[in-house]
Amino acid sequence: MSERINGAEALMRSFKEENVTTIFGYPGGFIIPVFDALYSYQKEFDCILTRHEQGAVHAAQGYARVTGQPGVVIVTSGPAATNVITGLADAMLDSTPLVVITGQSIVAQLGTDSFQETDVIGITQPVTKWSYQIRRAEDLPWAVARAFYIAREGRPGPVVLDLTKDAQTQLFDFEYEKCRFIRSYQPNPTPDQADLALAADLINLAKRPMAVVGQGVMLGHAEKELYEFLEKADIPAASTLLGLSIMANDYPLNMGMVGMHGNVAPNRKTGECDVLIAIGCRFSDRVTGDINTYAANANIIHFDIDPSELNKNVRVFLPVLGNVKQTLPAVTRLLKPARHTEWIASFKTYKEQEDKQVIARDLHPEGPAITMAETVKCISDKSGKQAVLVADVGQNEMVSARYFSAGPGRQFVASGGLGTMGFCLPAAVGAALGAPTSEIYAVCGDGGIQMTIQELGTIMQYQLPVKVVVLNNNFLGMVRQWQELFWDKRYSSTRMQNPDFVQLAASYHIAGRRVEKREELSEAVQQMIDHKGPYLLEVHVEEEGMVYPMIPAGQPISNIIMGPSEK
Amino acid sequence: MEKKFYTVNVYSENTVGILNQVTNVFTRRQVNIESLTVSRSSIPGVHKYTITATTDEETIAKMVRQIERRIDVLKAFYYLDDEIIFQEIALYKIPTDKVMEHGIIEQVVRRYNARILEMNRGYTVIEQTGHNEEIEQLYRDLEPTGILQFVRSGRISITKSSIERLSNFLAEMEAKRLASEQSYK
Ligand SMILES: Cc1ncc(C[n+]2csc(CCOP(=O)(O)OP(=O)(O)O)c2C)c(N)n1
Repeated sequence: MSERINGAEALMRSFKEENVTTIFGYPGGFIIPVFDALYSYQKEFDCILTRHEQGAVHAAQGYARVTGQPGVVIVTSGPAATNVITGLADAMLDSTPLVVITGQSIVAQLGTDSFQETDVIGITQPVTKWSYQIRRAEDLPWAVARAFYIAREGRPGPVVLDLTKDAQTQLFDFEYEKCRFIRSYQPNPTPDQADLALAADLINLAKRPMAVVGQGVMLGHAEKELYEFLEKADIPAASTLLGLSIMANDYPLNMGMVGMHGNVAPNRKTGECDVLIAIGCRFSDRVTGDINTYAANANIIHFDIDPSELNKNVRVFLPVLGNVKQTLPAVTRLLKPARHTEWIASFKTYKEQEDKQVIARDLHPEGPAITMAETVKCISDKSGKQAVLVADVGQNEMVSARYFSAGPGRQFVASGGLGTMGFCLPAAVGAALGAPTSEIYAVCGDGGIQMTIQELGTIMQYQLPVKVVVLNNNFLGMVRQWQELFWDKRYSSTRMQNPDFVQLAASYHIAGRRVEKREELSEAVQQMIDHKGPYLLEVHVEEEGMVYPMIPAGQPISNIIMGPSEK
Repeated sequence: MEKKFYTVNVYSENTVGILNQVTNVFTRRQVNIESLTVSRSSIPGVHKYTITATTDEETIAKMVRQIERRIDVLKAFYYLDDEIIFQEIALYKIPTDKVMEHGIIEQVVRRYNARILEMNRGYTVIEQTGHNEEIEQLYRDLEPTGILQFVRSGRISITKSSIERLSNFLAEMEAKRLASEQSYK
């Protein structure tokens, strides 16, 4: 059954076939036909007009991160296409499924530097899983089907379809067939039985096993499989930044977070364990520090779906290729039930050390200034079980990761691999749309929020109940922290004069409040939570606050700086 | 790690823009491409890239996996010289009078397995197929005649192994396709 329609209409029908419900967009000359078609599909799709194309992509990322479904973006050509690059690169590094449609000039003018023409394929190829230019309407259903398949399947990622004006307006016989197979792409590599058996043997023999849990577990929907695996062999586990909220904070085997500002115990224990089981993570240098000393006493087993990640950053003893949804239970079946009571108890010493030297100071500071940690902890304590925290980048992100107790669920969203300042506010827009029944906290710094602050307009227009928390230290805090520790306190270009954020929010008709005194913090947070609809809370925090513990970049992860006295 | 000379074979679908994606993997790691040849393969719709570069084994192994990661790339492999049979082709254009003067034609043709493609009053074009060293040797031999033009192709290669890894991969994928169709029926 086919019917003659134009490419723009075909795009709408294709989206319906792929169960799209929400679209983030921004119109312009070379995409008008698609927006015209959208006008007739207002019942089917929520089309969210952001205030910048970067915001549209980050919003789609936030949406994808909380729903597990591809985020969909439609923008025009030229400057709009270049505005989406940051979000694409971010999504590529953080394995976020996106389908981004960019408008493009008419075919006859391609390559002639015509108005608002850019080489979108050339620019986007290095930062996408796939990008493709559609020149004829009849190729559109095939390309869209393939785009969703590629974005979703295997290790997810962003896909760009560069849609020429011709392809939007040409009439053709529409027929849609979902993509189920691509000859050159193996999204789910078949696990090697011998590897699985060897992994089980190694774990069965381990005296001091430890797991590092990455986002791959979430992307593979293998949370249950993870818990069964850990519990059967009694394996203490830590998360990467993007793995946070897979295990609840109070999950008995959860030992915290690894990495530069991670918890002391799992970082130190990385060097003490005899088998390190990395599950769906990619050994970012923010996790490993100096790779030559990383997990020096362990045989590393690495479970991952992407062959190019295996042995890429860290040389491992045993790579186990495959979807963790399959490989984990297969190994679990071969595990002998075990108890590692003493080993697990030994994490405690380091935990107590961190509690005393870092956490107590963060949460019960001597000085009058409010700390970021107090603020995030207060939100964490008062918010509901389902609350989602979307962090920006910098100190606010690390403190959020450390003090917000999330999970189990998709409840912590941050820009990991790219570390994109300005991610938070638009990503929170997407999270609010993707998880409409959850409280959404957008926790950002005074620097980062100003990179995409115009998205307050989007929050206003759609009355999204995002609670924006600006941790204002009047500094580009994380850079200042490096300058303090490693550059002799030469605060070059990190001091920032800021607007009145509460008034700024007010001009968007968003309620808000500023807090400067500790006595007011708890009540102010409560007021924000109780407020129906969007809200902005500006918290004046310690100007020269630090995030500890810290492992200086490139150093062995045993070189942990615990506080100001040592460095 | 020790640097060696590698030959990389990449098989891809015949879609626009793959070359960029392949070379980008080399660019990101600052590995110089020594030669690059692209052509159709024996399998309809499949293109073959032969790339040579000098680097260490760890790097080339990672790069090959990153090339394979691109959606439209079917498979990529890397080889050392002893695992493949390979050739390059070179063309030399030299002034005919000089050729006569030096009386080298016969010697060249015999010793280097070269042949004369064209000979006229003005110039002579010699074609030679062989390995890098042979081509360089002949170049040196011809240099005194005053070479007018010299051009050489990139390397092309065929594996010595009796296992046809690409065909096996395609067969495996075809089985997967059939299985996926079954499961949706
Ligand atoms: C787009 C972008 N530009 C620059 C940086 C470098 N950078 C990392 S953290 C940081 C400071 C962030 O300051 P702020 O947003 O105020 O947050 P804070 O660290 O104070 O919590 C900067 C400039 C970045 N990560 N992203």
